[in-house]
Amino acid sequence: MNELIPAFSFQRVFVEPWTQPGGGFIWIALMGFFVTAACGLVGNYLILRRMALVGDAISHSVLPGIVIAFLLAKSRNSMAMFVGALAAGGLTTVIIETIHKRSRVKQDAAIGIAFTSLFALGVILISLFASKVDLDQECVLYGEIAFVPLEEIVRIGGLGLGPLPVVRMAAVTLVVALLVILFYKELLVSSFDPALAVSLGINSSLVHYGLMAMLSVVVVSAFEAVGAILVVAMLILPGATASLLSQRLPLMLGLTVLHAALSAVLGLHLGVWLNCSIAGAMVVAGTGLFCLVWVAGLFKWYAVRSSNRVVGNKSGGGVSDLLNSST
Amino acid sequence: MADAPPLEIHDLTVAYHKKPVLWGVDLVVPPGKLVGIVGPNGAGKSTLIKAAMGLLPVSSGWVKVFGESVAKNFRRVGYVPQRESVDWDFPVSVMDVVLMGRYGKLGLLKRPTKDDHDKARECLDKVKMLPYANRQISNLSGGQQQRVFLARALAQESELYFMDEPFAGVDAATESAIIALLHELRAAGKTLLVVHHDLPTARNYFDMLLLLNMRVVAFGPTEEVFNYETLQKTYGGRLTILSEVAEAVRVKG
Repeated sequence: MNELIPAFSFQRVFVEPWTQPGGGFIWIALMGFFVTAACGLVGNYLILRRMALVGDAISHSVLPGIVIAFLLAKSRNSMAMFVGALAAGGLTTVIIETIHKRSRVKQDAAIGIAFTSLFALGVILISLFASKVDLDQECVLYGEIAFVPLEEIVRIGGLGLGPLPVVRMAAVTLVVALLVILFYKELLVSSFDPALAVSLGINSSLVHYGLMAMLSVVVVSAFEAVGAILVVAMLILPGATASLLSQRLPLMLGLTVLHAALSAVLGLHLGVWLNCSIAGAMVVAGTGLFCLVWVAGLFKWYAVRSSNRVVGNKSGGGVSDLLNSST
Repeated sequence: MADAPPLEIHDLTVAYHKKPVLWGVDLVVPPGKLVGIVGPNGAGKSTLIKAAMGLLPVSSGWVKVFGESVAKNFRRVGYVPQRESVDWDFPVSVMDVVLMGRYGKLGLLKRPTKDDHDKARECLDKVKMLPYANRQISNLSGGQQQRVFLARALAQESELYFMDEPFAGVDAATESAIIALLHELRAAGKTLLVVHHDLPTARNYFDMLLLLNMRVVAFGPTEEVFNYETLQKTYGGRLTILSEVAEAVRVKG
């Protein structure tokens, strides 16, 4: 009767996606997980460095890079697009830094200038060469994760690994996880105290550009699945949720990956139920998880506060504990 | 090499957005001294130590640490930044912060070893913060945060230390703990440059004073430099400070 919200059927929403022949939905769930996990890991460091907006900037400004690479390569060669997007991402970082350091314009304003101009350039290029560019603007903005299972299957020695975007995203996620583990201490100290990093012989600006390069690669690989706008949510939501749950970086990184898995699976089911954009549903699921953790945290805070008032602060946590320990 | 002074600065000029904040600073700091850097707000005290450590681009002049550029000798230099310069909500424990002091000794891709953990615990114990080793850093008072920074500097095991206002906003107990620690480091032959805000205590704390107001007004042993003329030159016509200076000189005489 109400067509706005389709009727809920457990069989259709929770069972069919996993039992469907061909396993299309499994690839969609995996793609969603890899995208959110890779974005979330990099996003954690963006949040810690108060650079959340830079993720927004790079996700938009890779557009002209992709279009120019497309025009030069004259095909949807993914390698060319990858390089183009990476170059555009690097250019954005350099523009932001240059405006910020060589003028009185503050960093947030510099970000606003850099990415909107580059995005506008991309829009102009698309409309100028619309006839030659087989790029769907809608796809650029929102992505189409539902098409992922239809892509060409990667085979190694006859063994089908999976659709190309999923395999590529899995590789990117693996590399990001590896880099985060290998360069844990460099990333940690240059995020917490860049001045100290320099005095320890750690090149903070090299770490910065490395992180930006990683961000560009992640954003570009996530692009066709979730688009330029939703990728921003995937950069920030997992890390923000994890930061509410833990005050230790390694645990936060683990919780980020858990958040990614949960929002991919829940989002898939939500998308199937409402018959809507699955990438959008994954972001909504991630937001739901964030709100859940936030509200639970508020309840816990009230509980601790009222119990402190009654018992007179025996356990740790409150402000009074802080005052006690300073003497 | 053995005779090279811990810190030598020649004709150092530093500018922010083309506006100079430090002009032609010349300085040779002898080894084993506890040096206080004093001067009014905006005198370039923090800028001087940041430039000396290579954290800021310099317009002219050069800095040598033990006869070499600081980039080559970074292992011999320890740093205590201003407490407000970091985000204390950062998801790390007290132990994690002190371990950062060991990173300079570890190579790329290496993790802190058991020895590094032992060293970090030893340094925490020296500042009486060992019981707090597993605390999240946001649960610390200002004085405790400063002690953690000092423990991290100790863990660096350097020979030359730059400290940016270690006494700012700490309680009296922490202040005397810090000064005891500084004296201990000096006794071990380390050289320390400390940015300090409070004139009356500056006279008692430091062997040598660097009076700074965009230029070096005076540099020398505290008893020679700490007098009405040089302090007035440093602080200019700032009335409240001048009365503080007068009080400080009176106490001295």
